[in-house]
Amino acid sequence: MTPEFAGSQYVIEVIYLIASALFILSLKWMSSPATARHGILAGEIGMVLAIGGTLLRHGIIDWKWIIIALVLGTGIGIPLGMVQMTAVPQRTALSHAFGALCVTLVGTAEFYLRTPNVPKFMMSVLSMEVILGGLTFTGSLMAAGKLQEVLPQRPITYKGQNLVNLLLFSVAVASAVYLVLHPEAKQLFPLVVGISLIIGVLLVIPIGGADMPTVISLLNSYAGLSAAAMGFVLNSKLLIIAGALDGSSGFILSVIMSKAMNRSFTNVLFGAFGQVQASAAGGQEAKPVRSATPEEAAAILSAANKVVIVPGYGMAVAQAQHKVRELYDALTKKGVEVRFAIHPVAGRMPGHMNVLLAEADIPYDRLIEMDEINGDFPQTDVALIIGANDVTNPAARTDQSSPIFGMPILDVDKAHTVMVIKRGMSPGFAGIDNPLYYLDRTLMLFGDAKQFVGGIVRELGGGH
Amino acid sequence: MGSNLIDALFVFMLAAFIGFEVIRHVSPLLHTPLMSLTNALDAIAVVGAIVLVGEKKSTFATVLGVIAIIAATSNVVGGFLITDRMLKMFKTTSRPTKAQVTKP
Repeated sequence: MTPEFAGSQYVIEVIYLIASALFILSLKWMSSPATARHGILAGEIGMVLAIGGTLLRHGIIDWKWIIIALVLGTGIGIPLGMVQMTAVPQRTALSHAFGALCVTLVGTAEFYLRTPNVPKFMMSVLSMEVILGGLTFTGSLMAAGKLQEVLPQRPITYKGQNLVNLLLFSVAVASAVYLVLHPEAKQLFPLVVGISLIIGVLLVIPIGGADMPTVISLLNSYAGLSAAAMGFVLNSKLLIIAGALDGSSGFILSVIMSKAMNRSFTNVLFGAFGQVQASAAGGQEAKPVRSATPEEAAAILSAANKVVIVPGYGMAVAQAQHKVRELYDALTKKGVEVRFAIHPVAGRMPGHMNVLLAEADIPYDRLIEMDEINGDFPQTDVALIIGANDVTNPAARTDQSSPIFGMPILDVDKAHTVMVIKRGMSPGFAGIDNPLYYLDRTLMLFGDAKQFVGGIVRELGGGH
Repeated sequence: MGSNLIDALFVFMLAAFIGFEVIRHVSPLLHTPLMSLTNALDAIAVVGAIVLVGEKKSTFATVLGVIAIIAATSNVVGGFLITDRMLKMFKTTSRPTKAQVTKP
């Protein structure tokens, strides 16, 4: 090793060290909306430093393809960064897929470059890298497809599903173990990668829309862990740190999401998403509901002092967030206190509702989390539910036989008046009837969320 | 190799704990931008792909590496871009509402 070589090596390592620190700061600054944008800057500087430092590396002799690939990647990245806010869940899933694809491809290339001289530890982490990377790649593609509605959103289940998955996983792990002991057995490697790709598809097939927040978080965690494994293979501490940060972030979000759906943690960790859909209530006798027109709803709302709006995925589907903003403005102008109650799993990914409402210019100090707002419902004059269903179902509190029993919900039924904007009486994702709709204090507002809210806004404006 | 491995495990352990502590304090308000940001940071895997392509060890490795760089770079660029767009939208109330005065 020549002295200059050693010198530049140290410079690069110091650059990586600075980049790692910037990544940690970047996440730290995300703790509050006030500092969050500094966080992005820190992350960007860290990234530029790391990529720049890598280009200085001694072993790099060919820049042409690197530059071409960087330019192409940027060309794909820009439109992916400019998607509409309603498309953020599928964009996120797609980017998990891209991250995992990168890791899997690099792992595969490393294997073929190194075989048959792969030390046992390296082969173990390399297997982990391609197994996690492979299943995250196809799993995330499936999730993105479901969210984009190019794939059927209904869960697809069949008998022995878990057994098949377990069997496939065992074969992949067994092949990987054999490779650790006999790294010259090249022909097994495609098997490990191939099975992982299949497992990813099979894991996401049985998952329905309402479970997406948990699944996306879990895939996020897997993507991080596979990147950390790649860091072990390449002996890159920067990569280990970034992967560990991403992995723990996804892990924490998965735990929060699973708690909000009352799923056990092991249930989530192993991707065994117990299906709740099956038991659609049999006795569907037509119980009477009270409905109201936009005029009536507007009159009740403008007479209220405190209104809590509960948004759900239906608001996103109807693209009603801007009309909701107009409603917020109209009511605020009349002196009504309007707040928004956000359930952790409302929407299709963690924080989905917050982003949509922020996009519509609703101040974020009006967006209140479930635990904070639940105590206020008894003093709330009107709870207005827009496109949310299961997260407001009081059966989760009272009915032990309900599939969602025990799931924390927003206690909207304690408000003086409950209004529910809904297309019709069809049950929600979980196929469970919602007793909320039959309460005396509940008014059903049938119609498209965007049009109905627009109607209320017109009435409020007219009366002014 | 042996001591490298142990060092790497220590680094992983410490980074995971830092990750837990830091991310526990992220407001649920920002969970969506958090995910797109960690996604962009995770795309640091691009450095591995760059080395792979730059060292030009085999055509096979170069082809896989080029695809890997494209995938990861699109995450870096797209991830930072959308996180920034999202965070720009988060605004707090500028003027106090009348409702805050009429509170019982």
